[in-house]
Amino acid sequence: MTATADAPASPNRATPTFPADARYVLRDTVSVAKRNLLRIIRTPQLLAISTLQPALLLVLFRYVLGGAIHVPGIDYVDYVVPAVFLEAVLIGGMTTSVGLAQDARSGIIDRWRSLPMARSAVLAGRTLADLSRSLTALIIMVGLGLAVGFRFHASPGAALAGFGVILYFGYACSWAYATVGLATRDPETAQVASLLPFFVLLFASNAIVPIDVMPGWLQAFARNQPLSINVAAARSLMEGGQTSTYVWQSLVWSTGILVVFFATSLRLYRRA
Amino acid sequence: MADAMIDVQAVTKTFAATRALDGVTLQAPRGSVLTLLGPNGAGKTTLVRILATLLHPDSGTARVAGLDVVRDARALRPLIGLAGQYAAVDELLTGRENLELVGSWYHLPRAEYRHAARDLLERFALTDVGDRLVKTYSGGMRRRLDIAASLVARPPVLFLDEPTSGLDPRTRNDLWTFLKDLVADGTTLVLTTQYMEEAEHLAHRIAVLAAGRVIAQGTALELKRAMGGDVLEARVHDPADLDTAAGILGRTARREARLDLDQRRVTVPAHGGTGQLIAAGRALQDAGIALEDLGIRRPSLDEVFLALTGTPADARSAEPSPLEHTP
Repeated sequence: MTATADAPASPNRATPTFPADARYVLRDTVSVAKRNLLRIIRTPQLLAISTLQPALLLVLFRYVLGGAIHVPGIDYVDYVVPAVFLEAVLIGGMTTSVGLAQDARSGIIDRWRSLPMARSAVLAGRTLADLSRSLTALIIMVGLGLAVGFRFHASPGAALAGFGVILYFGYACSWAYATVGLATRDPETAQVASLLPFFVLLFASNAIVPIDVMPGWLQAFARNQPLSINVAAARSLMEGGQTSTYVWQSLVWSTGILVVFFATSLRLYRRA
Repeated sequence: MADAMIDVQAVTKTFAATRALDGVTLQAPRGSVLTLLGPNGAGKTTLVRILATLLHPDSGTARVAGLDVVRDARALRPLIGLAGQYAAVDELLTGRENLELVGSWYHLPRAEYRHAARDLLERFALTDVGDRLVKTYSGGMRRRLDIAASLVARPPVLFLDEPTSGLDPRTRNDLWTFLKDLVADGTTLVLTTQYMEEAEHLAHRIAVLAAGRVIAQGTALELKRAMGGDVLEARVHDPADLDTAAGILGRTARREARLDLDQRRVTVPAHGGTGQLIAAGRALQDAGIALEDLGIRRPSLDEVFLALTGTPADARSAEPSPLEHTP
């Protein structure tokens, strides 16, 4: 009888399982993704506003700038809408930097880091939830785009590949946004820090106006920066035209961004 | 200490210009409560974060359950639970979802963490709100949920950073009782507090921290002895009576009284217990001094610090809050 008294009846669950990390990466990633999807669903106002923003851009570009800008060889609406698709994905992704900064500030990340959960799962789960938000935003934007006169002029397969390019770039950028959130650890700073590069890349690009109208020194940047490349790839896949170089370049850019920011954000997350 | 669950040896940690921990050495055996007592900025949170594998010490070693917090962090994490200074619960999830997710991240079987979640909601009087979103919870409810989350896996070592801040007295008492049961079952508990009363109530061992150093360590009794024990305090109605009152109290303690002019308070060590209190009361009454308050109380943290270091507690809040100093 004394034996039971000495060894209290399993208050501390025997020996907890020591994770062979790999086994749990997937499981933890899925449950983190589930957590973030629940958060997205439960803040419909945030989802609505992050869809409204690109919708407004769409209307502005289509009707305000559309009359003033002439792009040779293509209707302006067909020119600008693929870019708006990309913007929609990037704007939605900003909630990742803000959300992670919030998690960092509220101590939630501290708790996670003290748990035996897989290190990469927190960020992978978050970016996967993002991907499904991007998909939702894209579906809405396609509807809106068609409503304002946008048409696909290439094969359905190519158009789908165009969305693939956009989603892959958006997914890669999610890791960049995650890095911003973890580096700033402050929601307001994270917001500004993610908007700034977005605006530079958006306006100094082929997204809204053809690069030919820019001064020479800007053209070199505008032509080669990742947003331009990805817009060009998506646009040519959806509307026809020279594709292979842009697609190839866009995959290189997206993969590069993915690798660099995957490593950086994980380092920031682990940093003690 | 052969069976030390917590074993900290000469740990230092510096943030930018601030030395948060300056050679801390501590031990706690299995199934005990170690309380880190100190004012803001003493280094309590930094130490807890190091023990919970969130921060690496600059030098020295820290072992929890025999595992090194840096080298063996991965093996250690399943064995610890942490409730930090801020309620780290997800506002957009329900209380139950919060607990179940934490359980799944401890890699418990599903049936087990669901059961644990149900149990803990009940234990912390959250059953009624268990399926409501946490953003509708009061501060005290969040705090309770946060502590419950640290318990989902019944970890053998539990770290609670100022667990009772923001709790009303009744909930605090319930929590104390609950923690005592856990410890009786073999859990090792490390908690931080700014309140002498809390330290005394729960702890087997108290370590007093100031400016990153352990300035005193021992049982509550040992520490109180070192601090001069309880205090007899009188608050006079008329400031003009302060000196007379100080003289009277000083005689009952055979020690010079301390005066606080702002608060119209006179304090002396209360070695003589209730006898001394009654004698002091009589003498004050005979002298015709109108009192607002007279009694024996525990020394405040300020007085503890005064006794141990000769400096008031406030003068040493050098350490920024844990979230600010994390780069």
